[in-house]
Amino acid sequence: MNARFRTILEEGVLPPLVALAIAMVAGDLLILMYGQAPGAVWRMLLEGTWGNAYGFGQVLYKATTLTCTGLAVAVSLRAGLFSIGAEGQLAAGGFAAAVAGLAIPAGTPEFFAVPVCVLAACLAGGAVGAVPGVLRAKFGAHEVIVTIMLNFIVLALLNYIVSTKLHVPETLHTPELHAGFVSRLSGTFAVFHGSAANWTLVIVGAAAAALWWFLFRTRAGYELRAVGLQPDAAENAGVKVGAAWRNAMMLSGALAGLGGINFVLGYKGYYEDGFAGGAGFLGIAVALVGRNHPLGVILAALFFATLSQGGLAINAMVPKQLVEALQGIVIVAVATSVPEVRRIVRQAAGKMAGGRA
Amino acid sequence: MTSPSQQVPAVRLTGIDKRFGAVRANRGATLEVRQGEIHALVGENGAGKSTLMKILSGALPCDGGTIEVGGRNVTGWTTAEAIASGVGMVHQHFMLVPTLTVAENVVLGREPVSVGMFDRARAMQDVERLCEQSGLMVGADRLVADLSVGEAQRVEILKTLYRGARILLLDEPTAVLSPPEVTELWKVLRRVRDGGATIVLITHKLDEVMHVTEHVTVMRQGETVAQMATKDTTPEGIAHAMVGRAVDLSVREGRRAPSTANNTSTAPALEVRNLVVRGPRVARAVNDISFTVAPGEILGIAGVEGNGQTELLEAIAGLRASTSGQILLGQRDITALAVRDRGDAGLSHIPEDRHRRGLILEYSIADNLILGQQHHYQRHGVLDAAAIAANAAKQIAAYDIRPTDAALAAGALSGGNQQKIVIAREMSRSFSALLAAQPTRGVDVGAIEFIHDELRKARDAGKAILLVSAELREVLTLADRIAVMYGGRFVTVLSRAEANEEILGPFMTGAKQESAA
Repeated sequence: MNARFRTILEEGVLPPLVALAIAMVAGDLLILMYGQAPGAVWRMLLEGTWGNAYGFGQVLYKATTLTCTGLAVAVSLRAGLFSIGAEGQLAAGGFAAAVAGLAIPAGTPEFFAVPVCVLAACLAGGAVGAVPGVLRAKFGAHEVIVTIMLNFIVLALLNYIVSTKLHVPETLHTPELHAGFVSRLSGTFAVFHGSAANWTLVIVGAAAAALWWFLFRTRAGYELRAVGLQPDAAENAGVKVGAAWRNAMMLSGALAGLGGINFVLGYKGYYEDGFAGGAGFLGIAVALVGRNHPLGVILAALFFATLSQGGLAINAMVPKQLVEALQGIVIVAVATSVPEVRRIVRQAAGKMAGGRA
Repeated sequence: MTSPSQQVPAVRLTGIDKRFGAVRANRGATLEVRQGEIHALVGENGAGKSTLMKILSGALPCDGGTIEVGGRNVTGWTTAEAIASGVGMVHQHFMLVPTLTVAENVVLGREPVSVGMFDRARAMQDVERLCEQSGLMVGADRLVADLSVGEAQRVEILKTLYRGARILLLDEPTAVLSPPEVTELWKVLRRVRDGGATIVLITHKLDEVMHVTEHVTVMRQGETVAQMATKDTTPEGIAHAMVGRAVDLSVREGRRAPSTANNTSTAPALEVRNLVVRGPRVARAVNDISFTVAPGEILGIAGVEGNGQTELLEAIAGLRASTSGQILLGQRDITALAVRDRGDAGLSHIPEDRHRRGLILEYSIADNLILGQQHHYQRHGVLDAAAIAANAAKQIAAYDIRPTDAALAAGALSGGNQQKIVIAREMSRSFSALLAAQPTRGVDVGAIEFIHDELRKARDAGKAILLVSAELREVLTLADRIAVMYGGRFVTVLSRAEANEEILGPFMTGAKQESAA
């Protein structure tokens, strides 16, 4: 048990912490370049995020979306696939939730309307995810290429539909939903007043817990991880590898799609073109830093949300682009230290060499 | 004249330490090789032989100890320095470019140049001269893709010699060779040795040690436990030093109780009819093969690797589609069944490459022990943790898997213990026929005994076993009938009593063929 604990510590916890330390040092240097005191800037960043209820609420809101896209990427990586498609799936999920909310008559009780909208979001994301999954399983099309391209297609399609059929004049968003609203936290805790944090975070937390249970306690999860770690051995164990890939990509898409409700049902009450705003891509970093573990993903989502919100807080002293640089440094540091990334790179290199990957 | 023992040794390694994380691959290992000898470095898998050779060739830095070559302290040198000083590793996995000629491959990286251009004619001359001098006869103008495995290995040795190596390190060079090719390799090595080179041979085959070497160094768990003159020792003595206890080698020599099965009167447990299977490069890797295996019988397939054995077993296991033909398990046609359904129908499979097919190294021992039977360890889709733990405890005890911590990742175990996981899993399920591919590959001497005993027990319990092994000795030891596979066909099928290495050898090289069942 001791050895096992040590492995978890060395392989799971250490790389993100080292990456964090590297980013801190790099951040210090960048701050010094702007002639500011690192300590003061860091303090301001923390005060603007975890130090007051509004800032903390904004962190929670951003972390909710990032958790969904992080979980989405993590599921695909667990199955040995690298999905870049969370951005499009997130938008598709939000759009589907909005369409469902518009289709439901006004006055429908929320305990019925919200689940319908959530289901619509997951189904839409899952449908987008099924495309690269099926193409990979049937034709061996590389999921990285397919998911990247699909992002463009989905985002352009949604832009077309919203701008030509569904928008409120002079805007690029849909009309307000009839039903399916998720309440703000501020409705219960007045201190969060003004922040976008809403009860979607409970739904997403439950999804993360359910994903953990699925991955590590069910037969399908056992098989999914087996396919990701060693597809040939999984095949020999009677797992249909292609079907497992398809299912994993659908699940990945559904989780990313779920993230769409945070904005649509919890924050604005309508779908707005471009709301995803890179949260899907940042999900890749969240999954890597979170080591593809649901709990790690939640922590990593909080971390990246803190950086994102903190960038606004420190804007008076240093440009907020500083935190974008920090994000980049964390991603590079983690990417070079986590075993999954090394394995994927090695497999890709093996394939290119024409050898047995 | 100085006696050899007073000469400066060609290689002297003292107190070599090497750690990989928590594993100590070498602890104070020593090795002394005299000028102009063939020296065997033996030990079980994981004893640290390959690590020690990598340290000597500069591929790995050592954590402690000194390396002397020809009396010069070269501790911490790089591969390039090692090559420049005449120490060359002959790779186990060939690193040749198949689309280039022998000569081009040999000179690759050190091409003769005239006027800034590759001088092909001189490369040919150089390599032809080197072939003559060393006695390694390979046509310098032939394409590497057209060479046999034995010839490709000769090219590897030529490459090392061309770079000026005077000390050659060979890592298990006979693993991929047929018996006549092995005999040829010994001739070549002796001639290279007589030309003044020093050779270190890593092996775990004791007959090779006795046959060609002057001295032998035995490693166990990273330490050097014995160093002796080959003529003063016996295979039993070396095995004892390798394992640390007496080992019964007679089992491996083929003496055993004859099978009690009556092959003619019982219905076959496994039957293959006119099977054709496509391979990665050829359309008919398995070319119209038919055979039966009776309950209580071991049918051994001998042959040099790459003659369709892998494709045959994968087709029977359901991992590779067959072009035509039928596979029957008992009376049931399983040709169209999925892998899982074949398992449930009573087919068990020990795959040839446990790292690729047999195990998920990152999974715990307990999780690996249910791999392929996960659908029997669940309730409504949820894994039954209690049943998995109980199964692990039972198998770990029954098959003496070490370490005994079921939560440990399989990748942390030695090769022998990893294979025990596979054996435990495949033997403990209910089955009527077993496919055993290379069941003792990369496994230490102690575990080989154990695995052979398990296979015999299964045979005696009435199971039908199809055994494929690149080790002819293993097939001769275990099988009741022996088929030799060459070019996708069974070129002969003999009873155990009719077969021996001399008879099977020509069939394995394709020199001899007869119409086989």
